[in-house]
Amino acid sequence: MILDPTIERALTQPQALAELKEPQWDQLLQSLRRLGLLARIQVLLAERGLLHAVPAQPRMHLESARIVADNEQRIMNWEVNRIQRALKELSTPVIFLKGAAYLIAGLSVAKGRISTDIDILVDKADLPAVETALLKHGWEHTKVDEYDQYYYRIWSHELPPLRHRERRTIIDVHHTILPLTGRCHPDPKKLLAQAINLDGSRFKILAPADMVLHSAAHAFQDGDLVRGLRDLVDLDDLLRHFGVEASFWTRLLQRGQELDLTRPLYYALRYTNLILHTPMPKAVVEQAQKHAPAWLTGAIMDRLVIHAVNDRLNGWRRFLQAFSNWALYVRQHWLRMPPILLARHLLHQMFHRQKLRTDLG
Amino acid sequence: MKVCQIEAGDLRRSLSKSGLRIRTGPFICHVQTPFENIADGVQLFYKDFTCESEGFADFHLKLIRPRNLHRVWRPQVSCYLNDDSPFSPLPSDQAFAVFESLLNWSIYTTTYNYLIIHGATVERNGFAAILPAPPGSGKSTLCAALVSRGWRLLTDELTLVSPASGLISDLARPISLKNNSIDVLQDYAPNEVFGPKIYNTIKGTIAHMGPPSDSVSRMHEAAVPGWLIFPKYQAGASTSVAPLPKGQAFMRLSSGLVNYPVLGAQGFEALTQLIDRTDCYNFTYSSLDEAMAWFSELQAPGRQALEQ
Repeated sequence: MILDPTIERALTQPQALAELKEPQWDQLLQSLRRLGLLARIQVLLAERGLLHAVPAQPRMHLESARIVADNEQRIMNWEVNRIQRALKELSTPVIFLKGAAYLIAGLSVAKGRISTDIDILVDKADLPAVETALLKHGWEHTKVDEYDQYYYRIWSHELPPLRHRERRTIIDVHHTILPLTGRCHPDPKKLLAQAINLDGSRFKILAPADMVLHSAAHAFQDGDLVRGLRDLVDLDDLLRHFGVEASFWTRLLQRGQELDLTRPLYYALRYTNLILHTPMPKAVVEQAQKHAPAWLTGAIMDRLVIHAVNDRLNGWRRFLQAFSNWALYVRQHWLRMPPILLARHLLHQMFHRQKLRTDLG
Repeated sequence: MKVCQIEAGDLRRSLSKSGLRIRTGPFICHVQTPFENIADGVQLFYKDFTCESEGFADFHLKLIRPRNLHRVWRPQVSCYLNDDSPFSPLPSDQAFAVFESLLNWSIYTTTYNYLIIHGATVERNGFAAILPAPPGSGKSTLCAALVSRGWRLLTDELTLVSPASGLISDLARPISLKNNSIDVLQDYAPNEVFGPKIYNTIKGTIAHMGPPSDSVSRMHEAAVPGWLIFPKYQAGASTSVAPLPKGQAFMRLSSGLVNYPVLGAQGFEALTQLIDRTDCYNFTYSSLDEAMAWFSELQAPGRQALEQ
């Protein structure tokens, strides 16, 4: 088993959903809700004019999820507008990443996608100016603890997250796309150099290949597939969208090398193709294969990913799944920091929590 | 099939095994529980509701005994909505009140197809009176009194307005009375069905009053909003009524709506339409008799718009 067959069919052949009867929708709705993909399915059906074929009762839930997703988009659009306003006076280039970028670029991956956090990328030298401008315009630090501030500023690839004091929205200001302490070191200068300008403004989004590589890095290098199947759905949609142009694939492989992201790219291509049947040229698969891990690592990774993208499994498989998720969590930290730093970080967190508990008690 | 057609022992058994799917307004609620006080509550208050033993359900509620010492020592109820647990376990003697809250929570957190007003709604002669209010304003007391005097109960807690039609759904679920109003209502409406008092809940003592059979049998009829009345119970006060300008009514209502911002333009349109077609009042009362008299003389809506 790779992905639950009903979920797989819902994502890859949404037209088949038109034939489902009410009782079959019952389980499917629950799974899609847990996977965070209800709104996505609504979009896929609506685009094919098939929404009316869904029985009224389950349709209500799909539509409800779409209303929520549309609201998230509205919030994000407004947030992008406010950020542009706050950073208006700076002359530095600002790149919108992930969800905000998909939305601004009008990509299909943005439809039904749920997330209101905004990520931007700026040159490291411009960090203080950007931070000052945001603080001046109503954003505040959420991490007020000294160690957290220190940790983010010294070891992380972003400022400690900022939250707007009225709108409660979060912005992550990055100076590169992966932690400095990690194994891969994509050069942010290269990302900035290729970024695409938004109609005549200083605000930018990543070039198509870089956008895919960032999504891959986030899913397989920095994050631990925390968004599970949604991470793969993002990648699948981006690859299908950009992949129409043949030159994209050569560019993708080339940029993977240039940005030191060949391993996450290999994983992204392997798992989107394996799980969501994302079409890709055979030559590209063969090229990417060169960056596959050793046989055993690959086999373990397969198991971990399969557990991470599936809805809650039943019976004994649930234990395996829980173990997998734990293993992915450990892997994420392992990839993020060298062992000594990791030990130091964990020790601090442990004693710090202990102290908090004593303070509260 | 109706709940009252199931014999008490069978009802308990089916609730504790595969569960029962009960229809309330636009929703089918699947509930599974071994708790006898929930089974008793369902039998008492949901007797006229239609139910099924299988098929599609909008919400899957499970109220079970936790797998720890609390099984035997100070027994508790753990609750689950679609396998996720939204609240901490609570004492098991409150199980029926927990079930009601869990169902409210399910509707609140998953249904953005409706504009949801926290408030009671009753109907008479084709028009609905919406009583939005924060807890403690006496909205449930007023709602229960009106229902006992022939108004049709649509809902006590969650008023669902459809943005498409502007109509209000009829859930017909039991009214939850709190603290002093329990005894007041039991004296005022001795013929209604009341459940046992449930002590020491977050909201104090709770007792439920059952929906009249007529309200339940008309569940499929959504109602036209007629009046928007902000009640305020004030001990010893004489009844006073003040028409509320539409702008103020809008601001006051919109500020308390949890899902209103999520609905965006559609929510704004639904709310303006609702305010446009209702007569709006501030209503302060202490005597239920006086309140009933005022409500019984309410004129069909529309006059207020002309007066203003």
